[in-house]
Amino acid sequence: MTDVKQGTSAPLALDRADARVKHQEGVGGALRAFLDRVRSGDLGSLPVVVGLVVIWTVFTSLNPVFVSSSNLVNLLFDCSTVGVISLGIVCVLMVGEIDLSVGSISGFASAMVGTLWVNQGWPVALAIVAALAFGALIGSLYALLFNRLGMPSFVSTLAGLLAVLGMQLYILGSTGSINLPYGSALVDFGQLMVMPKWVSHTLAAIPGLAMLVSGLRTFARRRAANLSTRSVVGLVARVAAITVGLELIVAYLNQSRGIPWMFGLFVGLVVAMNYALTRTKWGRSMTAVGGNREAARRAGIKVRAIYLSAFALCSLFAALGGVLAAARLASASQQAGTGDVNLNAIAAAVIGGTSLFGGRGSAYSALLGIIVIQSIASGLTLLDLSSSLRYMITGAVLAIAVIVDSLARRSRASHGRA
Amino acid sequence: MSKDLIATKGQCMSESPEGSASVGELVLSLRGISKHFGAVSALTDIDFDVHAGEVVALVGDNGAGKSTLVKVLAGVHQPSSGTINFRGGAVTLPDPRAALTLGIATVFQDLALCENLDVVANIFLGNELSPLRLDEVAMEMRAWTLLNELSARIPSVREAVASLSGGQRQTVAIARSLLLEPKLILLDEPTAALGVAQTAEVLNLIDRVRSRGLGVVMISHNMEDVRAVADRIVVLRLGRNNGVFEPDASNQDLVSAITGASNNAVSRRAERLRAERDQSDGGQAKEQRQ
Repeated sequence: MTDVKQGTSAPLALDRADARVKHQEGVGGALRAFLDRVRSGDLGSLPVVVGLVVIWTVFTSLNPVFVSSSNLVNLLFDCSTVGVISLGIVCVLMVGEIDLSVGSISGFASAMVGTLWVNQGWPVALAIVAALAFGALIGSLYALLFNRLGMPSFVSTLAGLLAVLGMQLYILGSTGSINLPYGSALVDFGQLMVMPKWVSHTLAAIPGLAMLVSGLRTFARRRAANLSTRSVVGLVARVAAITVGLELIVAYLNQSRGIPWMFGLFVGLVVAMNYALTRTKWGRSMTAVGGNREAARRAGIKVRAIYLSAFALCSLFAALGGVLAAARLASASQQAGTGDVNLNAIAAAVIGGTSLFGGRGSAYSALLGIIVIQSIASGLTLLDLSSSLRYMITGAVLAIAVIVDSLARRSRASHGRA
Repeated sequence: MSKDLIATKGQCMSESPEGSASVGELVLSLRGISKHFGAVSALTDIDFDVHAGEVVALVGDNGAGKSTLVKVLAGVHQPSSGTINFRGGAVTLPDPRAALTLGIATVFQDLALCENLDVVANIFLGNELSPLRLDEVAMEMRAWTLLNELSARIPSVREAVASLSGGQRQTVAIARSLLLEPKLILLDEPTAALGVAQTAEVLNLIDRVRSRGLGVVMISHNMEDVRAVADRIVVLRLGRNNGVFEPDASNQDLVSAITGASNNAVSRRAERLRAERDQSDGGQAKEQRQ
């Protein structure tokens, strides 16, 4: 509606003065722009959505229990632990580095909570804070090695993987595992606590409302500033679609136990990280450092501080994920954080669309990616297949995700996109 | 033609400047700057002055140390010895941030843009408005204002820089350098990637910046551009000062200062062409006589 006016009588908007550029208007235009983007290799979260649809269709046809609300609620419980770790991986991947020791750090954090809380009798909150502080410390150490000694993060974190695993085995001692008391708040949080129905329905309405309010404010400000605006109708349509979609999902999950608080915490962290990465100076600097480190330095960004924040946040999230995993399993054992935790966390970020090459990614990739990974795990468990097959299939999915990332990157380069 | 240019320049300089630095004040003064990379002396004992409202062209052959000098001034490299005086006080430039806060803005030869960020993000990189809640609308407006001042032809400021042409990237880099209202602008080969009209725009821009009372240092290989805007031409050769020239200095003097000898590739070529022309003239004369 407003677009038509701009085209005919009103003076051209500040950013629409160049006649050579095609601007897609309206719903059809948005669709065409989307297709153009995908064709040139700017896939966004399209591969993961397609992947999810395929995986869910296959598993549901093999065993209808897969899409039952009780199974999906369990899926959400399982997602939250590795998902939080994966959120940290997104941070280091954004600056083009990697942390291979997140599994070990999560295991050590769970062991620390077990030892300090159950064996030493510390208050549980203090034990958790100590574990998180330890995680941030390890990340700062990696950043120090990287910034001051130029040690590639690939090597320093590989060394950290072994060293921290050793510390985990050391503090667990000969017993090998510590059981966390059932009925404690931490274990309840990890196994039982779900949102009341009205809370989950209210929370599901918030994203749409927030989008609507900020969208309308941006619209008003852009029009006042004589910049082009996106159509209000489109905004309302998007808000309606998102709100209805989320409410339906919540209603379906509420048929069983409901939405776990732990998953709520995970999503809250994802939203917070997404805000930090896209709407703050820090996030802009992270993207810049991942895209062109020297350019970022010459623009006056404190590159070393950015690396420090990325590594420290990654290890912090890994430690938090470890604490949540301990709560989920009600134990801190020598097996915690070993096996496929490391790779699942990295795979989730990459499958979700965060580039291994730095400078491209989103906090939501951790959420989407971990749902893919846990869907595969859950589906294969329902089919009563062994973990050997699960590893092979997850490995294949990761390989496909990285291939898609590499191909899309090449296509973007040839289409003149970043 | 060059006389006309100088006359207009004189008028520009006599106008009262908007900047705080008064015209003619010494903005930047380097004394005895040396820079060694291992065994290589990229710069040796460089003295260099820039006054407010003055365009100084820095010329020299490849490897003369022009870009190194600019990087020293931008805080990218630290000089091995020597002193830098900026607006009357001795300063050190340990990192690019320090140079930017002092008011030294640089457009690097490789532009130093982040290809994965859009134009607005690149222009405001490191200087974003409201750090905790980026003000995208205000930033986009300011970006358009800056780009329009440069008569830039950027299709969309929300496209990633990767999708822009070389000239468009150059314009973005120059727009970025103006964002912080600097006192001194360093331009490393600002017109190398530009078309005819864009080159003229950049030269106009340099004139405008000078008339605001800012000091401009411009590196260029293009003698025509240099003569068109520069008030002084400083020649570097093999990392040393090799003369200061007025813009109306003869081409031969400049070239011999740049290459270091009156007998050089350029003069030999001119000699050869003249000889060939004389010969053919002589030949024609003979034919006519016959």
